[in-house]
Amino acid sequence: MAVKVIIPTPLRAYAGKQESVELQAGTVGEALNALTTKFSELKKHLYADDGRLRSFVNVYVNDEDIRYLQKDQTRVREGDIISIVPSIAGGARI
Amino acid sequence: MATKTGVTPAPPAGNPPVTLSKEEVLRYSRHLIMPEVGMEGQLKLKAAKVLCIGTGGLGAPLGLYLAAAGVGRIGLVDFDSVDLTNLQRQILFSTTDVGRPKIEAAADRLRAMNPDIQIDTFETQLTSANALEILKDYDIIVDGTDNFPTRYLVNDASVLLGKPNVYGSIFRFEGQVTVFGAPGGPCYRCLYPEPPPPGLVPSCAEGGVLGVLPGIVGAIQAAETLKLAIGKGEPLIGRLLLFDALAMRFRELKLRKNPGCPVCGEHPTVTKLIDYAEFCGIRGEEAPAAQTNVPEITPRELKARLDRGDDLFILDVREPHEYQICNLGGHLIPLGDLSRRVSELDSSREIVAHCRSGKRSAEAVEFLRQAGFRKALSLKGGILAWSDEVDPKVPKY
Repeated sequence: MAVKVIIPTPLRAYAGKQESVELQAGTVGEALNALTTKFSELKKHLYADDGRLRSFVNVYVNDEDIRYLQKDQTRVREGDIISIVPSIAGGARI
Repeated sequence: MATKTGVTPAPPAGNPPVTLSKEEVLRYSRHLIMPEVGMEGQLKLKAAKVLCIGTGGLGAPLGLYLAAAGVGRIGLVDFDSVDLTNLQRQILFSTTDVGRPKIEAAADRLRAMNPDIQIDTFETQLTSANALEILKDYDIIVDGTDNFPTRYLVNDASVLLGKPNVYGSIFRFEGQVTVFGAPGGPCYRCLYPEPPPPGLVPSCAEGGVLGVLPGIVGAIQAAETLKLAIGKGEPLIGRLLLFDALAMRFRELKLRKNPGCPVCGEHPTVTKLIDYAEFCGIRGEEAPAAQTNVPEITPRELKARLDRGDDLFILDVREPHEYQICNLGGHLIPLGDLSRRVSELDSSREIVAHCRSGKRSAEAVEFLRQAGFRKALSLKGGILAWSDEVDPKVPKY
């Protein structure tokens, strides 16, 4: 299935400065895998060392949070939009 | 901690019913003629008590619109002073306010805009020790802060006190807005159980922010606050509004209350405020000054050696748009391109890498040393320190 992954501004630097990437995948996990294979630097920003999605990064298929679907196993359909939504805080240098 | 506050004592219980004066009727007439607000809504606004945490980019439009709309009591929390870099977006302040405490300048501006309302000022950093005390007198909390520890603190305190928390945050061209902590609705920890470790997510101070972005996001927070106060419309509860100013696109995602949430879930484990700096992995007051072990050179040493005519190769590892702001005439290879373009460098020469503050150049030197460039040095403090110590004509940004 062709799906579109929307890359949030803070992570674009690690994804060839692209706003979105079109990929072929059957599940969310496959899509993210394809994405991090293409842009290896993204991997450490999305996944912790134990291989789990970082807890300040949420992934949505269309408008649903995959934590409340089948997580990585969530199936995607042609034309679905996968959004990566990291937490952002604002101005302070921390 | 020295907490300077300017809170007028709350009126005694059994206070007279809120009414509008003849002048107030005229002032708020554009609200009064709308049935969705009307006299009933306007009186609710007058009776409303809203706490704005932060008077910066988000707090500016928020404070202005709440004051203009006639919110009867507005609390402001901030401990910062106005600096020149704030003025690009923090429209509460004027150039003449530079150096003044934000809280003072903000309160003056809001009082000038609407003398009929009460402005409470808390010139303090919100902490676990004072948050519950400060928040408890208000009906609605608005989070216009700029850092993760305070955001988790505001969230937890709001949940513990059962108050809605109108959340907004921004980065470069993107904003997020939602209402946390409403009855039955999710909280910040339902959305993000944990903050990112320091350094992994760039801040606005590093990444920049479009000046009007906090204006838009703060104005949306103001709209949500006014709706909550008058009890009308569909608040952003359980919905995360994403805004991209560059694409000029709004999107909406569903937010769910997490039954396992440590603060608002079925079996909460966080039942009082904690140490939020520790929770966010921050030790000490300041951000960890990137502990590097790479060899460094100070701006003064560099200047002396250049004046002596030493053969030094200056490598600028910033981005091209930064080079346009100011430069030391170095060879530009952005840090992200360094591994690909390393062949442009001569390992027999002494290389002095620099960036804006010294963080990226330290990474660059670490990489270069591993790649066999044994004579690579990092300019300590970057171009900022160069401006301070060697050449004040070089602008700081």
